[in-house]
Amino acid sequence: MSTQAIKKEKSEWAIECRDVCVEFGNLLVLDDVTFSVGRGVFTAVVGPNGGGKSTLFNALVGVQNIAHGDIWINGVRPNESGARISYVPQRELVNWRFPLTVKDVVALGLLNNGSLLQKFGFTDSPLVEESIRKVDMWEGRDQLVKNLSGGQRQRTFIARALAQESDILLLDEAFSGVDVASQHGLMEVLKDLRDEGTTILLSTHDLNTLADRFDEVICLNRHICAHGHADSVFTEDVLTELYGSHELMFADHRIGTHGSHD
Amino acid sequence: MDLTNSCLQIIELEHMGPMIDIFLEPLQYSFMVRALIASVMVGIMCPLLGAFVINREMGFMSDALAHAVMPGMVAAYAIGISPLFGAAPNAILVALLIGYLVRKTNVSTDTSVGILFATLFSVGMLVVYLAGGISISIEEILLGQVLSTSSSDVYLTVSATAILSVFMLVFYKRFIFVGFDFQGAVVSGLQAQKLDYLMLVLISVVIVLALQVVGVILVVGMLITPAAAASLIVNKFDNVVILAIVFGIISALGGLYLSYYLNLPSGPSIALFSSGIFGIGFVKKILYR
Repeated sequence: MSTQAIKKEKSEWAIECRDVCVEFGNLLVLDDVTFSVGRGVFTAVVGPNGGGKSTLFNALVGVQNIAHGDIWINGVRPNESGARISYVPQRELVNWRFPLTVKDVVALGLLNNGSLLQKFGFTDSPLVEESIRKVDMWEGRDQLVKNLSGGQRQRTFIARALAQESDILLLDEAFSGVDVASQHGLMEVLKDLRDEGTTILLSTHDLNTLADRFDEVICLNRHICAHGHADSVFTEDVLTELYGSHELMFADHRIGTHGSHD
Repeated sequence: MDLTNSCLQIIELEHMGPMIDIFLEPLQYSFMVRALIASVMVGIMCPLLGAFVINREMGFMSDALAHAVMPGMVAAYAIGISPLFGAAPNAILVALLIGYLVRKTNVSTDTSVGILFATLFSVGMLVVYLAGGISISIEEILLGQVLSTSSSDVYLTVSATAILSVFMLVFYKRFIFVGFDFQGAVVSGLQAQKLDYLMLVLISVVIVLALQVVGVILVVGMLITPAAAASLIVNKFDNVVILAIVFGIISALGGLYLSYYLNLPSGPSIALFSSGIFGIGFVKKILYR
């Protein structure tokens, strides 16, 4: 308890990981992962498939147990209510069959917040409209999310995170299934949020435009290979550590899932 | 004008008279009144959960649940208590067991559900065969026996409907969240796993109550057909739920009257009525695409 109290006072970081290890059976998926992300910083997390990006995100939001190490979100543990962290799931994890509108989905963000009535979804909140407008989806508010494009779906989930009043936002494989034009729209929304002070962590396969888009880049292949500005992190050593030799790297790129599926 | 109006009124009355008679005639029998109340309650409860069942692809699981309560039901008959009291704990146990098996083994949901289904249904049938002297026919178990609904069954079904409605009112949005985006629900601090189990328990209880009306084989029809029909006609989830309940009530009433006048078994009549509604919805969907 005492270390926690100390933490709360000096949490200048939005996200702090120290020596985080995650094991799946005998497999070490995250190995001594240590990094910190400051408030209002927009960070890309890159690395190969199976490099532990999703696992790291799951650990940060508290749905993945860690075998060893410490995670502090806004100075508290991921599961505590002060963490104020939300996440936009990989699209494979969502049951798109459900015929929910954009407004329905965003309103889910209100559950478990506020008064008892609000907790169970009996009251309307201006926060829903506000959040939908922020991601520029107000005109499509009555459309079913299953009929939306990849980019619009992502924006809907970002709005849900806003309705949860989170100031840290995680997006797992945010650009998968999002065409290039929509990626720009999505980036505009995210940059606006960053400018308002939201801390954003986004995992992606797309190494091409990192420098224009993000403040910082974390390279993850079971451990942190590099962390810093996009211009400077990608040394030859780091790339080899991430993707193996050059030939392998390009092979990975051809098979890779970046670009549009829709 | 006055003359034509009153003529019209007389014609209308003459037409309405037989209609009302058709509606009222069965109600002079108290067993029909009890059957109607029980069917309508089941027609409300099944579609209320059915909208979740179809969107979460739990149709086969629900069918299996209905079959898997055979041992409990038969045991209840054997010791002379209401079959509901045997079937309910049986169903809840099986529902939780399915949830557990899926989480703890690598066997797919479909497979583990199928195994439990076959095992428990066989046990139930063998007990009926071996025990003998049980005051119920296999046919009644399989196809329902709504006409022998007792007053206490009616009270039970009505109170169950009321309780289920309260549960759904309180947990409706949570169930949506968990079914739509399980991980997201966990992250936002909901007890997603417990909510999932709660939904399974509610489905089990509704299935057990519906057994009386439509029988083991046709429960799944009552659970998914009205909701599926509704989702052909309206888009939004909330509207699907509401329309599914309307269809459920219409199926219950329509099927029961059909069986009364044509002297047909009531379970299949009710199930077939809801299939008919689905058929109409399907045709409409194809014609107005």
